[in-house]
Amino acid sequence: MSKAKGEPFIRISSRSALPWYMAWLIRGLSVLAALIVGSVVTVLVTGENPLSLYVTMFEGSFSTARRTWLLVQNIAILLGVSLAVTPAFKMRFWNVGGEGQMLAGCLASAACMICLAGRLPNWLIIALMFLTSMLAGGIWGFVPAYFKAKWGTNETLFTLMMNYIATQLVAFFIIIWEVPKGAGQIGIINAQTEIGWLPVVGPSKYFLNILIVAVICVFMYFYLNYTKHGYEISVVGESERTARYVGIKVDRIVMRTMLLSGALCGLTGMLLVGGTDHTLTTSITASRGFTAVMVSWLAKFNPVWMILTSFLIVFLQRGANEVATTFGLNQSFSDILTGIILFFIIGSEFFIRYTVNVHIGRSRKEAAGRV
Amino acid sequence: MFDFVSFIPRAVMQGMPLLYGSTGETLTEKSGNLNLGIPGTMYVGAISGVIGAFFYENAVPADVALNPAIAIAVTLLSSLLGSLLMGLIYSFLTVSLRANQNVTGLALTTFGVGLGDFFGGSLIKLTGSDMAYMSLNRTSNIFRTTLPFASSTGWFGKIFLSYGFLAYLGVVVALVAAYVLRHTRVGLHLRAVGENPNTADAAGINVNRYKYVATCVGSMIAGLGGLYYVMDYANGIWSNGAFGDRGWLSIALVIFTIWRPNIGVFASILFGGLYILHMYIPTGMNLAIKEIYKMAPYVVTIIVLVVTSMRSKRENQPPAHLGLSYFREER
Amino acid sequence: MEANVTRNLVPAVEMRNITKRFGSVLANNRVNLTIYRGEILALLGENGSGKTTLMNMLSGIYYPDEGEILINGKPAVISAAKDAFDLGIGMIHQHFKLVDVLTAAENIVLGMPGKLDMKASISRIEKICKDYGFEVNPIQKIYDMSVSQKQTVEIIKVLYRGADILILDEPTAVLTPQETDKLFAVLRNMRDDGKAIVIITHKMNEVEALSDRVAVLRQGQYAGDMPTSSTNAQEMTNMMVGHKVSLNIVRPDPINPKPRIEVNNLTVRSEDGILKLDHVTFTARSGEILGIAGISGSGQKELLESIAGLQKTEGGAIDYIENDGRHVSLIGQDPVKIADMGVTLSFVPEDRLGMGLVGNMDLTDNMMLRSFRRGAGVFTDRKTPRKVAQNVVAELDVKTPSLATPVRRLSGGNVQKVLVGREITSAPTVLLTAYAVRGLDINSSYTIYDLINHQKEHGVAVIYVGEDLDVLIELCDRILVLCGGQVSGLVDARHTDKREIGMMMTRIGGTDHE
Repeated sequence: MSKAKGEPFIRISSRSALPWYMAWLIRGLSVLAALIVGSVVTVLVTGENPLSLYVTMFEGSFSTARRTWLLVQNIAILLGVSLAVTPAFKMRFWNVGGEGQMLAGCLASAACMICLAGRLPNWLIIALMFLTSMLAGGIWGFVPAYFKAKWGTNETLFTLMMNYIATQLVAFFIIIWEVPKGAGQIGIINAQTEIGWLPVVGPSKYFLNILIVAVICVFMYFYLNYTKHGYEISVVGESERTARYVGIKVDRIVMRTMLLSGALCGLTGMLLVGGTDHTLTTSITASRGFTAVMVSWLAKFNPVWMILTSFLIVFLQRGANEVATTFGLNQSFSDILTGIILFFIIGSEFFIRYTVNVHIGRSRKEAAGRV
Repeated sequence: MFDFVSFIPRAVMQGMPLLYGSTGETLTEKSGNLNLGIPGTMYVGAISGVIGAFFYENAVPADVALNPAIAIAVTLLSSLLGSLLMGLIYSFLTVSLRANQNVTGLALTTFGVGLGDFFGGSLIKLTGSDMAYMSLNRTSNIFRTTLPFASSTGWFGKIFLSYGFLAYLGVVVALVAAYVLRHTRVGLHLRAVGENPNTADAAGINVNRYKYVATCVGSMIAGLGGLYYVMDYANGIWSNGAFGDRGWLSIALVIFTIWRPNIGVFASILFGGLYILHMYIPTGMNLAIKEIYKMAPYVVTIIVLVVTSMRSKRENQPPAHLGLSYFREER
Repeated sequence: MEANVTRNLVPAVEMRNITKRFGSVLANNRVNLTIYRGEILALLGENGSGKTTLMNMLSGIYYPDEGEILINGKPAVISAAKDAFDLGIGMIHQHFKLVDVLTAAENIVLGMPGKLDMKASISRIEKICKDYGFEVNPIQKIYDMSVSQKQTVEIIKVLYRGADILILDEPTAVLTPQETDKLFAVLRNMRDDGKAIVIITHKMNEVEALSDRVAVLRQGQYAGDMPTSSTNAQEMTNMMVGHKVSLNIVRPDPINPKPRIEVNNLTVRSEDGILKLDHVTFTARSGEILGIAGISGSGQKELLESIAGLQKTEGGAIDYIENDGRHVSLIGQDPVKIADMGVTLSFVPEDRLGMGLVGNMDLTDNMMLRSFRRGAGVFTDRKTPRKVAQNVVAELDVKTPSLATPVRRLSGGNVQKVLVGREITSAPTVLLTAYAVRGLDINSSYTIYDLINHQKEHGVAVIYVGEDLDVLIELCDRILVLCGGQVSGLVDARHTDKREIGMMMTRIGGTDHE
């Protein structure tokens, strides 16, 4: 038999299945590989011992109680946004507008704090902050979903643009509300009266935020896994044809889910304004809306794993910040390390989904297929 | 009276980084890759050029004039190399490893901005300056050399001749890209790859190679946008974060131009104009309203996006396979 | 022996002892086939007889496991589409490979080397059109074209590349009779021009109208060939279906059959405007299996989906008849509304993992597809579906590692058992099945027949769309034959044979003799 020319030497085929622990082993190994590459890069740039580097990273997060609280607070906010965008992703709706939906929530709650202070009782203002922030975020999420459902408008690009509209809207109100006039910033809102500040509960001023996000996390876990809505989202995400076959109205699910997604983003924004920062800036969200896309995706849209992935990202950022200050690098070094680690994890998915066979000569097993 | 003679050159200079960015992203998207890493790539293109220029300036004593040819070559080459690397990372992950394009792109932007700020910050430190910026005005002066007669021909010179060579190059690159896409075999094959990789594959087109090349060339073009910004628009002054959201605006511009770089030439100037319009509209004491005017480019982009999807004219839609990875399933 | 040795023709392609396996399935078994220049060869065979697989090995999509291919007398290796082009072989697939937003001319030159010169290309295309009598506008966009125009573009694409061996895979399946006539005229022109042409088909009338010679495949094997002029439809059908095989499927007599589903003048058009069902009228009765026979794409899918509330209809009526004789109209309803009206209608679609089930979900969650709305609260009840899953696994003997296994990892037979199991759990009064045993081994197939018979004995009105005529004849009570979206016959399965149905499948106007 003649030897076929043009036969590939590397053959890539879909894996039928990999036990979950193998999948996580691959992901773990990729993080390890990323840390090694990261330390090589760091050593090349700084000449420091990589081990002391990682010790420093650890210290950055855990050396003092305050740092640990700050770490957990940051995890909570990032986790909050990640949980919020997850239902949309599970539906295969690429919502990269978490940033804008969050900002809309920030804006709404700041508006309540500023405009209603002294006119309404504090508890009512806080209640309104919850309500309006969710409403504002929800609207920001619903608009792109509506156009997607009705006309198939590309949601990635639409939600991306909505981010910048939100930013400009916030910039507009910052100037309206600036203190003092001409300062170009708002400063701490109600610094004296603390109206609209979420009450300090438990051991830290961050505790309430953490608690609320924990509740959202539990809620999202049950919502996605045990409710009719969650089930519909899964079916629509897996196969729109199956969804129609069992009579699910795909358009309605898309709009409803994005309303929820946006509302939760808005709520997280409120936690940031009402709970910790007590101010409003255009960069208050610190790109968490984008980072959340990665956190959610890395956790395979599972709320429980998301605690781990958001921890990983925040830990890296804070650790790298610490490295930067200790070793006299600038803060942005953390973004480089985060980027490298993300690349490795993103790349590792390939080895979970596919097998690569390198072989010489012709293979007989051409159509083994799925069993 | 609206001052067009001063407005138009500023709009053009504001628009050029966007033109490079959108031309690069258009080529990339035509291959079916939605590269949300473009903001990071443009940033890296800028900082790589800055690094190249920095070392060349430091190698030449301050009282000796720079050799313009070497200065341009060093800066351009290091800029192109930096953004090529970004394109390669994106292509390797999304094409070879079939990773999710959105996630990869966002990670690339994080990485690129980090890279830019890190090296930017380090260089600023190296200069020993207390300021949060560094100036490469010797190189920048070369980049900003305008055409002859720019200052002696009045309004004509101001509007048409008063730019550095990168601005003219940007227009040329956009027009060439438009020509390649429309009238050459490479362009035809590229469009087929982005629309329907299965068909392209069946017709004997190497889908992965097209995706790689388009993404890398696109990244390099976008990177030049970053370089233009720092070397020409910003007079060679680098400060972290100054580049702003121009990367995202470039992606918006791609939609606005309905994937046509030749339209991009005018659209980028229009966007540049919208971007600075707030400085030209008399608002009196109302500074806040300026922020609303700054929304214009994004609102206009959304309107274009929605209207094209409603009218569903097939030529104006995003490439059909945009955002999806291609895998020829074995039978 | 080859029938053409006496005629003075030059062989373009010789396939010798070609064998191709897919896993355990033997798609082609030592097939010998010769294709001559200046001749139209019809490659005839039932669904799944291996016609397309055989031709795909000429076009570079598959590579034979065994055997050898000679092109123009020389051994050839065809491992990619490009190899086929280089050898002058062009295949027009059933699913067109065209880029919608490009023009006809751009599609035609796609993938070819050299400088792009659209003007020169267009004039070459126009010349090809003139030579063979095609009618196509080279600068028209593909998305603006009708199916037949797209097909024309595919044919020109192949000719443009200089192909002189053309293979057409069921080219008329999507064409109107007028378009078919036009295509045939063009194909005859090409034959007279000295090209070798193969047309894959299972329509006898086309074979007779067009071909010079007919070669028949049966279950992956070469059943023989003969000049078209010396054979007739009867003989070809015999060769195609082979001898009667007794399957010994049990067929209980219907008990007290009553009209359950009444379809009246149902007309359906696809999104691109093609008439899929044309005034279809029939009645399905309780306690009876109504078989639907027909060449694939004759409207079976649209018929079932119309009844299930998944297909937009253009005209006509579908009535469900309650036990008390009340009529409920199913036209314009969706699956949820139909269920709300108290009609328990179950549907086993053709595309099991893409429509009937969610491949990535486990057994329990797939059982839930039908039941997740039940109950008042916001939470889903997983206990009942789990019990259903357990029952289905136990009663239908589903081989699965656990209930938590994603169904895509099960074998085809087990996937089907899960799907059918779920659909009959709701105790339906109507059961629609499409190709319920396709791809299943003998044992799984018999399990499915038993399940369907069981439903019939419980008074369910079963509509069974099938492709294997032997099975249809032994399993069903009555068989409705569709051809091109029209009813071409309705026969009593106890008093018919494959030949009669085969004729009806390919010709409108079969007789109605219940």
